[in-house]
Amino acid sequence: MNKIGLIIAREYITRVRKKSFILMTFLGPVLFAALMILPGMLTTMEDTDKSTIAVVEQDSYGRPLPDSLQFFRDVIPDKENMKFVYLNNMRLQDVLKTYDADAYDGILFLSQDIISAGRETSVDFYYRKPPSLGMELHISKSLEKHIFDNKLIVNKIPVNAIQSFETKVNLKRIDWKNWQKGGEDATDIKRFLGYICGFLIYLFIFMFGAQVMRGVLEEKTSRIIEVIISSVKPFQLMLGKIIGIGLTGLTQFLAWIILTFAIAGITQQVFMPGSIKAVTEQAAPGNVMDAGTHTVQSFDSPQTESAIRDVFRQLRQVNFALVIGAFIFFFIGGYILYGSLFAAIGAASDNETDTQQFMFPISIPLIVGLLVMINTFLNPSGKLAVWFSIIPFTSPIVMMARIPFGVPPVGQILASVLLLILTFLFTTWLAAKIYRTGILMYGKKTSYREMWKWIRYKN
Amino acid sequence: MPETEFFSVRNVVKRYSSNIALDHVTMGIPEGSIYGLLGPNGAGKTTLLRIINQITAPDEGELFFKGKKFTSADISRIGYLPEERGLYRKMKVGEQTVYLARLKGMSRNEALTKLKYWFEKFEMQAWWNKKVEELSKGMQQKVQFIVTILHQPELLIFDEPFSGFDPINTNLLKNEILNLKRQGSTILFSTHDMGSVEELCDHITLINKSKTILEGNVQEIRMRHKSNLFEIGFTGDPAAVLQTLNGDFEQVDLVAEQGMHVIKVRADHRFSGNDILKRILPVAGITSFNEVIPSMNEVFIRVVESQHN
Repeated sequence: MNKIGLIIAREYITRVRKKSFILMTFLGPVLFAALMILPGMLTTMEDTDKSTIAVVEQDSYGRPLPDSLQFFRDVIPDKENMKFVYLNNMRLQDVLKTYDADAYDGILFLSQDIISAGRETSVDFYYRKPPSLGMELHISKSLEKHIFDNKLIVNKIPVNAIQSFETKVNLKRIDWKNWQKGGEDATDIKRFLGYICGFLIYLFIFMFGAQVMRGVLEEKTSRIIEVIISSVKPFQLMLGKIIGIGLTGLTQFLAWIILTFAIAGITQQVFMPGSIKAVTEQAAPGNVMDAGTHTVQSFDSPQTESAIRDVFRQLRQVNFALVIGAFIFFFIGGYILYGSLFAAIGAASDNETDTQQFMFPISIPLIVGLLVMINTFLNPSGKLAVWFSIIPFTSPIVMMARIPFGVPPVGQILASVLLLILTFLFTTWLAAKIYRTGILMYGKKTSYREMWKWIRYKN
Repeated sequence: MPETEFFSVRNVVKRYSSNIALDHVTMGIPEGSIYGLLGPNGAGKTTLLRIINQITAPDEGELFFKGKKFTSADISRIGYLPEERGLYRKMKVGEQTVYLARLKGMSRNEALTKLKYWFEKFEMQAWWNKKVEELSKGMQQKVQFIVTILHQPELLIFDEPFSGFDPINTNLLKNEILNLKRQGSTILFSTHDMGSVEELCDHITLINKSKTILEGNVQEIRMRHKSNLFEIGFTGDPAAVLQTLNGDFEQVDLVAEQGMHVIKVRADHRFSGNDILKRILPVAGITSFNEVIPSMNEVFIRVVESQHN
């Protein structure tokens, strides 16, 4: 037992002292925030290439129109990366022939038919390079509005009247359990938290699992392994390594929590980060399209302050003790499960490239877990989420995404916890068998068949 | 007898799915001796050493340490320098040696005191805060050697200790091994270097194809493998000498050196050395005469090859 302690201490201390660990501890929350915000920011960024689009308008008989008779003239405003040139008295056929002249990046062809079109119509867009989503939206929205306004005029409906007809209906979620306290709802923030937790578990299992693998490989390639296992049992060494690296992971996690709370505290006092709410919305994959506009709106808008207050009030509703406790359990469980398999891979390989063939089958369930988790966070009590939060290979990730929403049924949690414990006991046993033989095999590429033989060796 | 032997291996069998690595191997190491474990590559030496170090367990057979059944608690009484040996490259020498010593059950202070002694002895105090990767291979070997013997084990096991050592370090190591023997340690080592076997070993076991094929005291084994081969130095006419021996003795070798001749002659079981002398005395002047005792190298090759046939 004492020897395992020595091994744990060495694994822990050598890692925690590393510059990369210290750097990661401080940069982690920042990088993580960037990771969450970046995809949203990227969608708002159009490519900077400026496109020039020719707009050709013809009447319903297909005749070209002079400037003065064009209905859509200057309807689509230029943007910083797109310029619209309205051609005077030009036939589409003739413009199309100028393809080699390189004058325009695209041609928008408008027939005046569409002015009176019914519920839906289409216009042709000839492109050299397919238009961006932003450009497509910009063109159709501009045209739609112009046609709409025109119809109002034709039908003699005052524009301001029609605006007062429009009513946007939002769903105000009220937590039934808290109805007496005003039923303050925190779904957005819980969604965000579930996503972060699930993603963190995934990240940690991969990061620290791979460290176990590399650690085993290091002992093998440096040939110190046999010196050590003449003092301790291979199982003790493997367990010591897994525990030591796991503690490194927990240390990092706790440091991140403390840092994040500290940063949040300071932010609450000093800055005006509408970003938290914006991020929540961006994080939902379905909302990526809108994300950009939301972000832009929430900054500096008059509601920003109250939005921030909302976020922090909602945060108070989250049972952080439960979330952190569950995180620690599912991290430990998932990490031991995968960490032991990673240790077996390290033992069965002779160098980093050898590990690739074995990494694949282990990565698959992890990635499936991540994909299901993204789905979970839209529908946390759906069938898919429930099943995958019980299956041990994905449960750490998926269950962790469900827990911030409130406690899933006790039966499901118990099943998930129990299965996870049983499975990591099994994988550790299995890994120990592969490990024991693998660490003494040099210069040979291991096959699955060989591993199966090792598992059946008695001692 | 396990009662009188320092360490005994009795009827050890180890199988790996299809092949057998050790087939009823028995070996007794006397206290305070240097014991050689010999055999061609793949004979099973490393497997046996791993069993003695409890890295792997035998399928059958027993091991005894000073007459008592060998248990996992005894592992700290052994020091093992494996053939495949190394150190953590990124770890500092001092920290690493303390760590490895503590894994063998030493306290931190004890380890520090002993390390100080050895680092001074080998003049390597300056390496204490260096990372292993900054050391030359020879330096690393010294560190490994110190780690092996630091906890003053009763039984020391070296697997191919001289492989990869330069002549200076080989000598240093040999001297240290002899020193350790003088201080009462029992040493078991495996090697291909038959010269060092003659130089160091009191006893040997030769394993081939998983089985013990030769065991015993080195001098006795060499005597046992004498083949009635004699070396005679003489002056005079070699042709006359050859003629008088012809028919009854096999001439193995004849060299001429500065007017002197040296002939090697093998007698069959009917004749002794005296008979050869009687034949030669009348025809030549004898300057030297001795029986050739085979080197361990010759014994090794002869025994292993006879098994192959």
